[in-house]
Amino acid sequence: MALTPPAIDVRRIAGLARLALTPDEVELFSTQLASILAYATTVQEVDTAGVPPTSHPLSHEPRWRDDVPAPSLDREEVLANAPDAAARAGLFKVPKVL
Amino acid sequence: MADPLLSACEIREAIVSGTTSAEAVCQAALDRIAEENPRLHAFHLVDAERALTRAQALDRQAEPPGPLHGVPIALKDNMVVRGSTTTAGSKILERHVSPFDATVVARLEAAGAVVVGKTICDEFSMGSSTENSAFGPAHNPWALDRAPGGSSGGSAVAVAADLTPLALGSDTGGSIRQPAALCGVVGLKPTYGRVSRYGLIAYASSLDQIGPFARTVTDAAVCLEAISGVDPLDATSAVRPVPAFREALTGDINGLRVGVPRHLLGEGVEPDVLTAFEESLAQLEQLGATLSTVELPHSRYAIPTYYLVATAEASSNLARYDGVRYGFRAAGPTALDDMYDRTRDEGFGAEVKRRIMLGTYVLSAGYYDAYYLKAQQVRTLIRRDFEHAFAGVDVVALPTTPTAAFRLGERTADPLQMYLADVFTVSAPLAGLPAISVPCGLTRERLPVGLQLTGRAWDEATLLRASDAYTRRTPWASMRPAGVRP
Repeated sequence: MALTPPAIDVRRIAGLARLALTPDEVELFSTQLASILAYATTVQEVDTAGVPPTSHPLSHEPRWRDDVPAPSLDREEVLANAPDAAARAGLFKVPKVL
Repeated sequence: MADPLLSACEIREAIVSGTTSAEAVCQAALDRIAEENPRLHAFHLVDAERALTRAQALDRQAEPPGPLHGVPIALKDNMVVRGSTTTAGSKILERHVSPFDATVVARLEAAGAVVVGKTICDEFSMGSSTENSAFGPAHNPWALDRAPGGSSGGSAVAVAADLTPLALGSDTGGSIRQPAALCGVVGLKPTYGRVSRYGLIAYASSLDQIGPFARTVTDAAVCLEAISGVDPLDATSAVRPVPAFREALTGDINGLRVGVPRHLLGEGVEPDVLTAFEESLAQLEQLGATLSTVELPHSRYAIPTYYLVATAEASSNLARYDGVRYGFRAAGPTALDDMYDRTRDEGFGAEVKRRIMLGTYVLSAGYYDAYYLKAQQVRTLIRRDFEHAFAGVDVVALPTTPTAAFRLGERTADPLQMYLADVFTVSAPLAGLPAISVPCGLTRERLPVGLQLTGRAWDEATLLRASDAYTRRTPWASMRPAGVRP
């Protein structure tokens, strides 16, 4: 039984996805996502009773490894990518939270 | 004289025999890029100094030469090189300088290859034309007003226009095979787990694989061998011996069983593409292969399945771009949430936002079972279809794409139409299988057509052997776009 996709609330989804959309974007994406979802809904036609989901194509079991300490990335090089970082203190910096 | 038309293997031989030097080869490639890139826009970044330094070091090297000694190679701009910019085609990473090397970079350099630059790609690999790059599209060398395909379009152009003999791309739903087909070169997506993804900027982690573009199947085989194998830094890389792929190229495909899912060749396939495909099947038969019809009943659901699975994974993978660690932050944030929301809105392009939102939606409470879980179940059925088919055949043949290269701008207004063009390429990554595209003809407008062969898991050797025999027998792989020959 095919399921009709409900109207997608783009503002709510953008909030969950942490995207501050402009009003124009809300309008454009509402139309586009509705048409993409209507198409994607065709998967509902398939009888999948008792079919296990594939989350990963790997045939092998996850591998264990020994917990051996090794050098990590250079802190200075990592912080060089961080906007407004407190590099000397070795800290990322974000706007005031509290 | 360093001839840019030489294959990777010929270049290596010329350097090893002393006919030329790694430095001269590198300089010739850089000159050619400088001359052609303004028109083709294959490269986003060229690091001439790094490349020449590396080539000079190779010329002084005392150790025996590696399998790619002195061979210039281009990387899709979603594989990181320490100390250099990697943007993944996104404004949000425009200023990001990687503090480490991707495993493929380390392995290529250990094999003697010289990385000359980073190629244009759709933003975070989301696209089929390079038009979703924040830095502008690449142009198809066969017709400059046409798309090279994507997302690894710049890498396909680099090889098709003889800028470099080899390039790496990454393939999630066809991003190596589709541009290879549209640009008339060889492109291989390996089995999931064959090549380490460490240092590949993630799009959809259960689908992404790195693979080579080349003008000859031999070069693709040598390159694949160099980058393959287990990597302690990628837990999904497989503990399996890497075959000597070049030795698989015997030229003999007598008895090879080729399955053709004829039920997929319905409407939407351009007549010239179909003609080229049928001729390629006849050629394979003349080479000793046997043809039969196979059924892949769930492949008609492959596109919706792919877009549900890939966008769900993307919405999670791209959560990390929050304005804290990767170079770009919106100006003057008033609070933490404001910084996140505006950084992501200003930093991401439209297609990336669409896919993040679609993925967020299909994972959200109330829709997870109906979309994401359902797609994962259909993915199992798609995989099983291939298992059944491979009980009776060795490879599955299809055209790589339903049409030849489309015009830039032609499909940008309707994202769904762009998605539908992935119809023949999305199944292999969903099933984790290896697949190759090789040139198999030209349309009346002189645009390349690709033949796609999909193989059993870990059986790249058979794909390479069949492709090698086919490309040696046919003229298509050695045809070059007009105006490219120097």
